[in-house]
Amino acid sequence: MAIIENIIEINHLKFRRGDRVIFKDININIPQGKITAIMGPSGSGKTTLLKMIGGQLSPEQGEVLVGGVSVAGLSRKELFAMRKKMGMLFQSGALFSEMSVFDNVAFPLTVNTDLEPSLIRDIVLMKLQAVGLRGAAGLMPSELSGGMARRVALARAIALDPEIVMYDEPFAGQDPIGMGVLVTLIKKLNQSLGHTSVIISHDIQETLSIADYIHIMADGVVVASGTAREIRESRSAEVQQFINGHPDGPVPFHYPAENFMQQLMGEKVGIDR
Amino acid sequence: MNISNKIMDGIASMGRGLLDNLAGLGRASMVLVHALFVWPQPKTSFSLVVKQLYNVGVKSLLIIVVSGLFIGMVLGLQGYTILVDFGSEQSVGQMVALSLVRELAPVVTALLFAGRAGSALTAEIGLMKATEQLASLEMIGVDPLRRIVAPRLWAGFISMPILSMIFAIVGVYGGALVSIEWLGVFSGSYWSVMQGAVDFYDDILNGVIKAVVFGFAITWIAVYQGLESVPTSEGISQSTTRTVVYSSLIILALDFVLTALMFGDV
Ligand SMILES: Nc1ncnc2c1ncn2[C@@H]1O[C@H](COP(=O)(O)OP(=O)(O)OP(=O)(O)O)[C@@H](O)[C@H]1O
Ligand SMILES: [Mg+2]
Repeated sequence: MAIIENIIEINHLKFRRGDRVIFKDININIPQGKITAIMGPSGSGKTTLLKMIGGQLSPEQGEVLVGGVSVAGLSRKELFAMRKKMGMLFQSGALFSEMSVFDNVAFPLTVNTDLEPSLIRDIVLMKLQAVGLRGAAGLMPSELSGGMARRVALARAIALDPEIVMYDEPFAGQDPIGMGVLVTLIKKLNQSLGHTSVIISHDIQETLSIADYIHIMADGVVVASGTAREIRESRSAEVQQFINGHPDGPVPFHYPAENFMQQLMGEKVGIDR
Repeated sequence: MNISNKIMDGIASMGRGLLDNLAGLGRASMVLVHALFVWPQPKTSFSLVVKQLYNVGVKSLLIIVVSGLFIGMVLGLQGYTILVDFGSEQSVGQMVALSLVRELAPVVTALLFAGRAGSALTAEIGLMKATEQLASLEMIGVDPLRRIVAPRLWAGFISMPILSMIFAIVGVYGGALVSIEWLGVFSGSYWSVMQGAVDFYDDILNGVIKAVVFGFAITWIAVYQGLESVPTSEGISQSTTRTVVYSSLIILALDFVLTALMFGDV
């Protein structure tokens, strides 16, 4: 078996938001050049995990290594240098509202490279073509639909051909055709350019079809890891509940709360904070 | 027992408030240091500052000119009615010019600037934070403090003294309009008394120093409030209000301190 180098290693990660424990003990290895999917119920901390890989949040305990170096230990300057090798599609899209679609996609290229404007233009048009929005280059973000904005954000995330691309729900809000195109695009980018891709998604079938490895997080720990096949065939009740979408089972659908009946029957008016 | 507990709680929460304020001041200083003391990239930094000079400075011009004109006219009118009792209405020009240059131009310009440009800065940066545009800049490898905050700070420092000077000049003409054209003060004496009385260092330079200090305070507060805003619509509106309230109070307090330092030793 070939030795696979892990470009991202997450070891014994612990993290809290106020009193709420988000990560109890997370261990995930992300091998170079592969597509790794991170799945889990809403609110389980997937976006938080990406922000830690990008150094926007620091773990309370444990470490996140990117290329063998601890992200939390980097100086401000080193951190910004590291991020130039990463692309991130934010869950909200996060397009720059005062720039056109074209300028949004061109931005990483103009600030991080010395390329000629004509070359930048060609790259931008290629990326927009790949997401099917070359015709929208002149629009402003406020003129886009939610699904379109996300595709522009995806084009921006891959503009620099970064070594690591993190996609926070790339398929959300896409119609079936757009979804198919994006699945193929992510796969193609990964194969032709050797990007390491990290995908967060709730679309089980699409994700299982492209991901080399899948990690399912729930309740602050990784409850299952493996290839798509291993996940599909898993005997674990949590995994079966999650991939088949049953409301009842070991994985809670609800944000932690007091007993529902008690709250309904209770005397108190209002909600505890 | 109960009362002493309450007192202890009160003291503890005061202490906590003080610590929070100190921590806030520390963070605000970090913002300033990170944004200003970095090597500028000549190619982009310059055009970013120019763009913000337009947003912060040029867009405030109209309100500054109109206010300057009216305040100058009021000064001319009030000055005349007071001075005419002493038969010295010919020196109304001196009164208009000194009040404007020393006090009213920097202070009123700063108050208007806080309301017009400071609030806009806070809202803009707060909204960028709420929509993750700042986070996304960071992930592209661009420091928002350099890209977003620094040009806005510089534009604030540069435009405040210029706006204040424009305010003073328009005000002096407003005063002239009322006293010469309307009240019949001899135009030669309006201007020559003014020329004789206004000193470059004592009056004009001190006025400019005030304007620079106010500009610094307003933009710093505005930018910091934007960065620290709670990323919701309510949070942004609160931060915007805080910018205007804090800036106004600090302008008035600083004005007293600066006036005492500059003109205090009679
Ligand atoms: N800024 C914040 N302040 C406090 N708590 C937060 C903040 N952001 C997220 N959280 C909490 O952290 C937890 C994890 O949030 P996160 O955004 O990582 O979830 P997620 O797995 O990405 O969910 P989704 O699939 O819905 O996007 C949630 O319980 C949320 O309430
Ligand atoms: Mg999320």
